[in-house]
Amino acid sequence: MARELTSLLSGMGPKVAGHGPWPRHMLDRAAWLELLRHLAQEDFPLLGLWGDTDTVHLALRDGASVAVASLSCGDRRYPAVSPVRPSAGRLERMARDLFGLEAEGAADRRPWLDHGKWLLARPEGSPTPPAAEAAYEFLPAEARGAVLHQIPVGPVHAGIIEPGHFRFHVNGETVVRLEARLGFTHKGIEAQMVGRTPHDASRLACRISGDSAVAHSLAFARAVEAAVGLQAPARAHHLRAVMAELERLANHFGDIGAICNDATFPLLLAQFTILREQVLRAAQSCFGHRLMMDRIVPGGVTTDLDGSGAAQLVDLVRRLRPTLADQLRVYETRSSLLDRTVLTGIVKAELAQRFGAGGYVGRASGQGQDARRNPGYPPYTELDFPVAVTTQGDVDARVQIRAQEAAASLDLIERLLGGLPTGPILSELAMRAGEGMALVEGFRGEILTWVRLGEDGLIQRCHPRDPSWFQWPLLEAAIEGNIVADFPLCNKSFNCSYSGVDL
Amino acid sequence: MWTLLARNLLRRPVTMTGPAALAAALDLKAVQKLGRSLSIRQVDAGSCNGCELEIHALNNPYYDLERLGLKFVASPRHADILLVTGPVTRNMAEALRRTYRATPDPKWVVAMGDCAFDGGLFQAGYAVLGGVGEAVPVDLHIRGCPPSPTHVLEGLMALLDRVA
Repeated sequence: MARELTSLLSGMGPKVAGHGPWPRHMLDRAAWLELLRHLAQEDFPLLGLWGDTDTVHLALRDGASVAVASLSCGDRRYPAVSPVRPSAGRLERMARDLFGLEAEGAADRRPWLDHGKWLLARPEGSPTPPAAEAAYEFLPAEARGAVLHQIPVGPVHAGIIEPGHFRFHVNGETVVRLEARLGFTHKGIEAQMVGRTPHDASRLACRISGDSAVAHSLAFARAVEAAVGLQAPARAHHLRAVMAELERLANHFGDIGAICNDATFPLLLAQFTILREQVLRAAQSCFGHRLMMDRIVPGGVTTDLDGSGAAQLVDLVRRLRPTLADQLRVYETRSSLLDRTVLTGIVKAELAQRFGAGGYVGRASGQGQDARRNPGYPPYTELDFPVAVTTQGDVDARVQIRAQEAAASLDLIERLLGGLPTGPILSELAMRAGEGMALVEGFRGEILTWVRLGEDGLIQRCHPRDPSWFQWPLLEAAIEGNIVADFPLCNKSFNCSYSGVDL
Repeated sequence: MWTLLARNLLRRPVTMTGPAALAAALDLKAVQKLGRSLSIRQVDAGSCNGCELEIHALNNPYYDLERLGLKFVASPRHADILLVTGPVTRNMAEALRRTYRATPDPKWVVAMGDCAFDGGLFQAGYAVLGGVGEAVPVDLHIRGCPPSPTHVLEGLMALLDRVA
């Protein structure tokens, strides 16, 4: 008999005071092991796993509710979650590299973010001098009777993209296994946030992944607001959503164009980058920054939208709508283009579900999760909007989902501007202690941000979990059996963030 | 598709006439000094990817960088300029230095963005080395977070002024 997650955790350990909006329970080791046994049988998707000074936190979802289980591990060891939730694997490796917390029973014990180049090992736990740099062991690949060879790519790639290393094992031109090694852009964002005021730290949150500047600063702001029990003004909620939808549009336009370009159809790259540029220029003129950086802060927003700005955005939406439809018609009617995208880089629904992948990667493979709807947050809770889902799982599906989301964003922007409440845009933030978390739908999918503020109101610990954590591993599955030459196309159709997971 | 193409033929191009003087001067200098061979290799040494988005924008039809004889190339071995973004992370420092060594002389390094200038928001620490200048010699800084595409064009122009 399945039990609700919240009642299950209530029976396992005391609820921590001052944690909002969802509960956090302190478990002991026996209860943690019992929870892992439940996870082996019940479908509570993993939302995040992160280390703390001497604690490990595990965030899970059950339908519309969310809960966190924490285990205090004075001996810096905890029973691993990855055997029952494979998407926890890299998160456990991060918790070990940053905090020195060991996941007992984890299959993969290699370092992840720590490449042996830092000044300190375990910088956020009890720092020690770094260990000597050791060669990274890539996983072996086997193919019956075939002689495989390896293609190492990166960290410096051929295109204008972020740095990371891809190790391909190939049989002729077919990829037998791809393994990514990331961490190259690790800047220590979490450690740099510690001791800052929430407003100051929100500038760092905004730069976790530049393409998700709005979404990450929104997730951070909502987590801080949950920690201190503050509601942003109604007008701020609307303006935040307008910015979030503009960001989604700009990224989806850029991605669709770039995918077409990688399928050797540069006409649509040119056309879609024109649309993207129009969105960025409107953002500059209405909000004062092309990527809308530092516009969302805990308590509200820093830039108001005047009547002419709103009119300009409505005009933009009305011009973009028919152009988008025209350009998508070109995409849908070019057989040479579809020949590249259809049936390429398939992610099976079962795998997407196991990894809890969200965003266009999840929704192209049958996963309907969208944080704007579930658990939902204002102003989306008052709005009805479609969430596109398909089970096709290939590059084409990820294009189609983006296209439908872009169309939905255009409608949302128009409706949000039509019902823009009047009033203040920023509430004053009390400097007090608290713990808070937030789930926000960025263009890639669900961002989870967790924050703990000290008595002085300064950041004690913040962990932003980018959607790419649960999408990168699926890219490795999507490319299997495809040809090496289709990797750029598959990779672009995922467009995972490097900086967002390297932190 | 044919309607789209026909409409594009009849419409005025979206390509900016705004920085026309800049574009013309840039074009002239590129031809005079480099015989239209100015190739740029971009290196992300730890950025948040905001700068990369604006570099991509330089290739869109509004800015159309290639019309000025400037183009992005796939290997440092083909490049005249390294356009480096981000605070240099300790995990990327060696890759950046090797990329620099792989670029043939004469070469110039342009550090793009506030992070590339001095680390920006990201203080030097266990994971961050600092600005690009901490790893390789820098010829020009283009400030901004991120600098706009127009600002980057102006920066490249300033670099051409210095190229002997």
